Amino acid sequence: MDFLRDPYTFVANRFQEFLTGLGLAPEWVLFISFLTGAFILATSAMLLVTMLIWIERKIVARVQDRFGPNRVGPWGIFQSFADLIKIFTKEMITPTGSDWLPYNLAPVLAVSAVLTVWAVLPFTVTFYGVNLSVGVLFVIALGAVGEMGIILAGWGSNNKYALLAAFRAIAQLISYGVPLAITMLIPVMFSGSMALNDIVLAQDVWYIFLAPLVALIFFVTNLAEIGRAPFDLVEAESELVSGFNVEYSGLKFGMFYVAEFLHALTVSLIFATLFLGGWRGPGAVEYPVLGIVYYTLKTSLVYFLIILLRASLPRFRIDQMMAINWKLLIPLSLSLLMLTALVYRLVFTQPHIVRVLVLLAVNGIVFGVLNLILARVEKRNSRRPLVAEPRPVARAESISSNTPVE
Amino acid sequence: MLNDWSYVAIFTVISMFLPAAAIAIASFLAPKKPNPIKNSIYECGVETVGATWVQFKVQYYIYTLVFLLFDVEIIFLYPWAVAYNQLPLFAVVEVIIFILILLGGLLYAWRKGALEWV
Repeated sequence: MDFLRDPYTFVANRFQEFLTGLGLAPEWVLFISFLTGAFILATSAMLLVTMLIWIERKIVARVQDRFGPNRVGPWGIFQSFADLIKIFTKEMITPTGSDWLPYNLAPVLAVSAVLTVWAVLPFTVTFYGVNLSVGVLFVIALGAVGEMGIILAGWGSNNKYALLAAFRAIAQLISYGVPLAITMLIPVMFSGSMALNDIVLAQDVWYIFLAPLVALIFFVTNLAEIGRAPFDLVEAESELVSGFNVEYSGLKFGMFYVAEFLHALTVSLIFATLFLGGWRGPGAVEYPVLGIVYYTLKTSLVYFLIILLRASLPRFRIDQMMAINWKLLIPLSLSLLMLTALVYRLVFTQPHIVRVLVLLAVNGIVFGVLNLILARVEKRNSRRPLVAEPRPVARAESISSNTPVE
Repeated sequence: MLNDWSYVAIFTVISMFLPAAAIAIASFLAPKKPNPIKNSIYECGVETVGATWVQFKVQYYIYTLVFLLFDVEIIFLYPWAVAYNQLPLFAVVEVIIFILILLGGLLYAWRKGALEWV
């Protein structure tokens, strides 16, 4: 019964008892259980990627009215494993003149930057790697490490295309890092803590109801951060050959894709943690095993949305993308931060429902004003009409009105 | 506290180890038959002209400067956000003034054309 209620704590306690029974010092028990826990968590995250690739291919195929993978196993479920075996046996070509250390470090850094985020994610009330006191900052910092992987890939591969693509990718990623960090302030502000599990515990009301516009900005920013459509300029095949990873092949190339898919899942997890209440749901505190179910459901919803957007939206132009970030998202998120801080301070002592309604109203007003401003900008920047003024044309009736030629 | 950080350190090492191990395994399994043509860098079928590590476009530098400004500002805001629930209204207004000054800076950069993709 205890096992069913909270399998993680049960197994962890049994494991630690077993280690203590072997006569190990407490520090070693802690070290070994940390090592085992971290290894299992990281490995399952990596293995999850194969499933994610299958799910994504299947959904995108459905959107495009295809079947998707359907040959290997039932519903093509083993397709990713077949691809995995194939990519492991592909030659990894190292281009001449490439810088060994950056070239080989880049794929490793790209994956590890995303994977390390899993150390601070709370999966249930008891099951989390660590409830780090600076969790949110840690997540932002790891985003910067991922950017490091990209610039190393571009710099190390001794290719002009790769370098230019890496420049563009970094310009995109650091620019979108600004509204990302601003919007992550809001859950920290509401909950008064940067530890992710404390943020979840403080969410009696999901923060998406307290700050819907901020959640939207956070979502859009994350789309750009993971380099997915409509912001997939990091790998714009049509303009940059392939992007920063032109010179990579074999599993080194595959690692960038693992990183991308894992990043998409990880930002869904973070979104669910910060704005959708994480593992919270009816009975999740008494029965922590339920927390996993709620968390998975919420994450799948966000992840599904990301895939749908990828399947349905065309790509932005790079100048449009930078303009959206610097001229729309950053001023908007800063104004929302100020407004939310002020208004929430004023209604701080009110019951939940009042707070939610007031903040929803504020968000609605901001949205209305934003719409008006955007409409005016649109009108001012609207293109010259492509249809020309009507000109005199030779028509049948105008000819027939002339005096007929004898 | 120390335990938290040691877990993070262990996790970081493992998360570096896993992709590195995968690449190491692949380099055992994969064939290795390099030749000069295969290893030449990709450049529309001709040799690359000049050095590949070019310095390119000052606009990236300007973006980075503006980014740095904002990032530092946001780092200043995080301690405030953690303490937000205990702060008086005065502190909130103070931070709003701080953000307004920064918005002024953004407006300046905007008017100067630093945010245009040229």
